[in-house]
Amino acid sequence: HLATSLPLPSERDHLRPRIDLVVFMIDIKSKYSLKNVEASLPYVDASYFLGKVCFLVTGVGRVNYCSIDTSAICKLGEDYCSPVLFCELELEGIRVATAQRLLRMLQICAGFVPGVSALSFSLLMRKSADD
Amino acid sequence: MDETVAEYIRRTVLKIPRDEIKVMLEKWGFLSEAQLQTLNFHQIKDNISQEVVQLCEENSADIKQAAVLDIIYNHIYHNKRMWSVYQMRKTGEELEYFDLTDFKKKFKRRLRSALKNVTITFKEYEDNAIWIRVAWGTPHRRPNQYKPSYVVYHSQTPYVFISASVLKSNLPLLCQALLVASNYHDIREMELRSHSLNSLKDIVFKRYSQNFPTYCPKPLQEKNVEPESVDLRIVQENRSEKERIQRLNQEIFGHGPLPTLEFAHYRLETMFKSDPKMDVLDKKEPFRCLVKFSSPHLLESLKSLAPAGMADAPLSPLLTCIPQKARNYFRIREKKGLFPESFVSP
Repeated sequence: HLATSLPLPSERDHLRPRIDLVVFMIDIKSKYSLKNVEASLPYVDASYFLGKVCFLVTGVGRVNYCSIDTSAICKLGEDYCSPVLFCELELEGIRVATAQRLLRMLQICAGFVPGVSALSFSLLMRKSADD
Repeated sequence: MDETVAEYIRRTVLKIPRDEIKVMLEKWGFLSEAQLQTLNFHQIKDNISQEVVQLCEENSADIKQAAVLDIIYNHIYHNKRMWSVYQMRKTGEELEYFDLTDFKKKFKRRLRSALKNVTITFKEYEDNAIWIRVAWGTPHRRPNQYKPSYVVYHSQTPYVFISASVLKSNLPLLCQALLVASNYHDIREMELRSHSLNSLKDIVFKRYSQNFPTYCPKPLQEKNVEPESVDLRIVQENRSEKERIQRLNQEIFGHGPLPTLEFAHYRLETMFKSDPKMDVLDKKEPFRCLVKFSSPHLLESLKSLAPAGMADAPLSPLLTCIPQKARNYFRIREKKGLFPESFVSP
């Protein structure tokens, strides 16, 4: 399900399945996109932040057009205890690899990987970032 | 043939891309068919231009013919120059019959009475456009052929498009001559400038597709809506919002091609509003600031802002009024009175 911001329109509530993973996409070239994500975050139930939220930063290939400080995004990830992934959608290889990572995360969040919960996975991701 | 004329023709031909030289010389019509046949258009441009000069020598070209070639070049490559739009006004409502010969005579007479050393050349085109090329000199110097001014006047309209030379001092004289020749009383510069002459014409002659109030409220099927992805696994949660944005865009920008403008200037003369604690700019003076939007195609890029998610729809009327108000230079001042909003000066 693609949405431009939260909250989701209520008229479609009955058509929506259970949501296992929320990926916030931030375009590093647009300050507006970061503001939009920051404004949408309060609408997410707190339980999602136990491993079911992820930040995906796109457009990192174009270094000259960065409008957002990466440290601001990393801080956002820390504040909300959620991993931050960086990618460049214009390059097919990276696009495919990112999709595979997200899919893997989704499998874990939906409970399809026995022995690994969303929470434990997110802790795993955080630990490696801190090292 | 005068050396300066020869050099001028040579340099004009050099400006033309090699593949276009033959066509342009044919349009010029100064060299005969037989002469054109003798030219080898597959050699380097330097040689082509030398050969053209030689042929012109045979025909004893003077500056008048050379100026016509220059007009033809600038008519096709008008995008290389910056054009400003001027509007003329008459006090009476008389519908006068436009006499081209009379216009040319009066124009030349007026200019020459003020300045002896000018080269004035006219060329008419099918769309009622009269192109005027003026090369300026001084009482003691011959006209500088390399910095001419170009005027495009559509005789059925009060609009004149001018691409002035660097010498701004000649502009009042040019305007005066236009008024006298065309029987108008007043001329003013509009705040509208662009490289694309055709787009300027589209804007002032209202030739682009605009919003009509009788537009049907439901969006046209299939017309400009993004092709829905065939993959039914992707659900657009905000489809109604996307459709609203498309609809607003259609209403504001229409659905045809938009005129090409390269920039919009907003000169702000508004008061700086800040937190009183910050203590910035204590003086009660307007904060002068220039906001410039530039793009290869400004109106298209504005149109695509909301669908791309980079701005809220509807866009600020300061941006969307550009084609209707026929201006891309704005001065925004503080509105005096009860409402501290800014307004756009006429």
